[in-house]
Order: sequence, then C-alpha cells, then structure tokens
Amino acid sequence: MQKNSSSLTQHNRSGWLFALPGFGLMMLFIVVPFVFAIVFSMTNQRLISPNPTQFVGFENYRQLLSVNLLVLDPVSTETGELKQNTDGTLTYPRIRTFTRNNPNYPHLQGMKEWFSWQWQDKQVAILASDPVFMKAVVNTFLFVMVVAPLQGAFALALALLINQRLKGINVYRAIYFMPVVVSIVVVSILWRFIYDGQNGLLNNLLHSVSFGHLAPVDWLGNPDTALGSIMAMSIWQAVGFHMVIWLSGLQTISPTLYEAAKIEGASGWQTFRYVTWPGLKNTAVLVLIVITMQAFALFAQIDVMTNGGPLDSTQTIVFQAVERGYGKQDISGGSAISVVLFVIVLSISLLQRHFTREKK
Amino acid sequence: MSHSSVDHHRLRLVVRYTLLSLIALMFIFPLVFMLVSSLKPDHQLLADTASLRAFLPVGDISLSNYDKAFERAPIFLFMFNSLLVTAVTVVLSLLLCSMAGFSFVYLNWRGKQLAFSIILATLIVPFETIAIPMLLMVSKLPWLGLEGLTWGWLNTYRVQIVPFIADGLTIFLFTQYFKDLPRELIEAARVEGSSWWQVYWRIVMPLSGPVIATAAILKFLVMYNQYLWPIMVTQQEQYRPVLVGLQYFFQLNTAWGEVMAYLTLITMPVLAFYLVLQRAFIASIASTGVKG
Repeated sequence: MQKNSSSLTQHNRSGWLFALPGFGLMMLFIVVPFVFAIVFSMTNQRLISPNPTQFVGFENYRQLLSVNLLVLDPVSTETGELKQNTDGTLTYPRIRTFTRNNPNYPHLQGMKEWFSWQWQDKQVAILASDPVFMKAVVNTFLFVMVVAPLQGAFALALALLINQRLKGINVYRAIYFMPVVVSIVVVSILWRFIYDGQNGLLNNLLHSVSFGHLAPVDWLGNPDTALGSIMAMSIWQAVGFHMVIWLSGLQTISPTLYEAAKIEGASGWQTFRYVTWPGLKNTAVLVLIVITMQAFALFAQIDVMTNGGPLDSTQTIVFQAVERGYGKQDISGGSAISVVLFVIVLSISLLQRHFTREKK
Repeated sequence: MSHSSVDHHRLRLVVRYTLLSLIALMFIFPLVFMLVSSLKPDHQLLADTASLRAFLPVGDISLSNYDKAFERAPIFLFMFNSLLVTAVTVVLSLLLCSMAGFSFVYLNWRGKQLAFSIILATLIVPFETIAIPMLLMVSKLPWLGLEGLTWGWLNTYRVQIVPFIADGLTIFLFTQYFKDLPRELIEAARVEGSSWWQVYWRIVMPLSGPVIATAAILKFLVMYNQYLWPIMVTQQEQYRPVLVGLQYFFQLNTAWGEVMAYLTLITMPVLAFYLVLQRAFIASIASTGVKG
C-alpha cells in the first residue's frame, strides 16, 4: 500500500515508533524534571519536612530577586553637627536598624546589605533579600563576559597556528586538545597545586622570574583573585575544544581565495580580515553560543576549588542551585534558582540568535 | 643569495616549532606533574613544587602510592562501574538517538515539528539545574526486574544509565548527518519493498560511520566524567564510579601522593582511548562545527 511512498506521505505509526524511545526518555528525564522544578519553585517543598508542602506562589522568586535602595543620612550630634569618628569619617546609623522589625520600613524587613557607597555626605546602600544569590548572578555574568571572548579568541589564534603544513603538526594539535578529555574535576584538583598560596607552582614561577620581587599570592584564597583564577583555568581547559571547531571552519575556506589574496599582494592581516574572517562567520556564531552555554553552567570547578568562597567571590548560579537544593535540602529555593537561570539563558540565546541573524 | 634564503627559512621553522612547543608545554605540564608526583612520597612531592623538580621523576621514586591507593579504595570496582555505565549508555544512546534522528529526517508524522523544537530547547537546560527534581523523581520510579516490581532507582546502575541515554545534542548530530545522505537510496529501497526498519538498519546506519564515531566519543567523555549525579544517587559503594571514589582520598590529612596516583589511574583509560583514536576524536569535534 505504501510502496510508492514519497517524502510527502504521512507515516505516523512508523514515525512515532522510531522516535518514541529516544523522545520519550528525553521527555521523562529532562522535560518532566524541568516541569517539576517550575512547580517546586512555587511551593515550600523541602527534601524532608514534617509539614505538608504548600503552594506559595512567587514567594521564592521574591525572596531571591528583591532589591531595594536605602539612603542614609549621617548621624548628627545633639547640637546639630555631624558626628565624626576620630579619623574624620562620618558615622551612619546601622543598616540592621532598618531591616529588623522597623515598623517604618516594612518593605526592608529581612533584607541585607549587598553593597554600598558614599554619595556626598550620604551613604547609599543597595539591599537585597538574598545578597549571596545576587553575587552569584554577578559572578556568573562576569565569568561569561570574560571567558566567552577570551576563550574564543585564544582558540582562534591556536587554530590559525595549527592550520599550517608542518611536519608533526598533528602531535601539537593532539596535545593542545588533551585537557578537554580529562575530567574537569581532575583538572581542578591539579590546578589547586598551581594556585596554592604558599608553595604553588604559579607562585614559585613568579618568584623565580621576578628574582624574588613578587610576593606569593593565595590565588584561590583571596577574593580579588579567586574568580579570575578559575576563569584562567577554565579557558585553559576548554580552549582546545573550540580550537578544533575553528579549525573545521578554517578548512571550509577555499584555498583559491588565499591564492587570489596572495596574487593581489595582501598582507597577513589583510588576508585574515578579508578572506579568513568572513569565511568563519558561521563558525563564530557556533563557538560563541557553545561557550556561552558552557560558561553559564559553571559548577564543578567551584565545587572542587573554592566552594563559592572566599567571601562569596566565586559563587555562581548553578553552584547556588545545587548547594541549596541538595546541600541545604531546600528544594523549592534551589528550583527557583534553576528556573531563573533557564530564563536568563533562554533570553540570551534568543538575543544571540537575533543579532547573528541580522548580520547575514 | 639563495643560501641566505635557506637560512631565513630555517630560522622561521625554528621560531615556529619553538612557539608550538612552548604552547604544548602549557597544555601538558599539569598532567606531567600529576604523573611524576604520583611516584613521590608526600613530603618530597610538596617540597619539589618549589623548583622544576616538580616535573621530573627524581629523588625517592616508587610505586608505593599506587599500592596504598589500592588499599584505600576498591579502585577496580569503581573503574568497572564507570566503564560499564559508560559503555551501556553509549551503545543505547547510539541506537535510540539515531532512530529518533532517522524518524525526524525521513518520516512524516503528526507532532514532529513540535517534538523537534522541544528537543532543541532542551539543549539550553544545564543538567545541574534539573538534577534535584530528577533525584526526587528517580527515588520513586518503579522498575520491573528479576525480583519483580520494585520502587526507587537509587543505588543502581540503571539510575546512572537510563536518564542519559537520549539527549538533544546526539539526536541533533544524527539529524544533521542524515539530511546529507542521498535520498534516492532510501526511496529506491522503499520501492523495492524494504520496511523502514530495514532501511534504517541495512542502508542508513552502515553509511553513518563518521557520525556514530562523533556521537560515541562525545557521550563517552560526558559519561566517564560524570560527577554530580553519581554523588547524589550512589550512597552505596557497590555502584560508585571513579570520580565519586575521589572522596576516599580527601580525608582529614590528605595523602597527596595517593591522590595523584588515583588521578593518574582514572585518567589513564580516557587518555589511552584518546591517544589511540586521536584523529577520530578531533575529526568528530570538528564535524559538530561544520554545519554552523
């Protein structure tokens, strides 16, 4: 009956039978847990709780995302002068007098200081009901914004370097790719030796190249350097992966274009600018999207190297989701974080798609 | 004249190889450090980080860290578990994802577009974010096994296998590859009366070597390096994979030599696999990028 099937014929039964095992598993193990995450995020579900689970609406999201501004006037003495500390700085009322049971500021109840700065003689404080999560969001965005361009650029540089006809070039290519196949957990443990504060390989290297002038830095123990150190390691680990993707893009560019450029007397930079780069547009989009997705999922490095510290300087969104949902067994809080992350990643991938389409 | 241009050429070659080698050192030194350190006693391992000795097998070299590591943890069991879980998942994944890909490319059915959009949307959900709802779910799932109907999947192999069989990327890779196969072959076979299963199994799959290699390698890397999920679902030693085994080595006083020995042991299978199949590995990653 279906012998003269063309591609337009319907094959509902066969189609479903072929697709169902794989598609069904994906529904059960990705889509259903995701729907559960959305549902849990609107309840007060905990892993083990004596109380029945209740629907709480958007309370978990409010708890995560509430931010408020508080402007503090300096404290005056009874004579109306500004009270000064011995070092000449002004004093301000303590923030917690506003956020703890203050009937005049009910909207600030339970909030904590996220960061603050001086503005004229006032102190401006940004309060958040969950400053740790806010730090995690900022750190994750910082990580994405630093790692995505740098990793992409280094990977392209390596691809250009490796895309030449030289004896033994495959050996180099294989070595550059090697960290990709090693577990990120193993890599993170090894890099703890590199970053160690007292006797780390990096400190020892800096010590000898500076003839002892550079003091050792506790790379992972210092809030100013911890996130940067993890960025550097992450770039190092996955750059080979993206090098190979760039390489495949480079090899789709027709050699006749390069010959034409050579005949016209183009310089190395001109060849790159007018032949190589336009040929890599599609690859660039792919590399950008893949790196961004991977960067937003930053977790294992944090778990092995810093646990979010010091002073929350390496908290990330996914680390927070796991720490709350699994570590603190706060299923609903962890789920709300997961949903927030999904919304962020979805918006960014739609934006990226929008912008990269317009260019064509 | 020609003599100096030969010299010039040589100089450029030397510069290039030097640059390539320096970069290679940057990528390989942590692994060299791992291997070399696994042979040293703890005090020497830590002292050697002050100099280039960190990368040289010198001083008090022995395999005793490996002996102690094997005493501390059932390493062969962990390796067996990892390899079993990885192998079974890879094989089932290749089968089910290629079938789904085949259906998406060659068959028309109601709901296909919607199903495919859902599959693409799953690509942007990081696994860590659904891990906890999934943990609750698998702790209550039924299973029909040799001992009849049981409830709960925790502490089993299947909890480490079944959720990872089908994934969006693998299905996507197969659809991309199948699209470029010549349709005439499939249509000719249909005209001759082959069933869809015969078309899939006898015609399409034998032509799909490259994409099978790609999908297998990517899945292998993901599965062998599983970390968060097995920590959550294997409280019993019997089912633990290699990365969960790491916990045995991070006690109060970490014996770093043993840690290095263990890291070396669990990294070796992947590195060996990689070095043997190096070309296929790199070609496979590259092929994910060609389409853009």
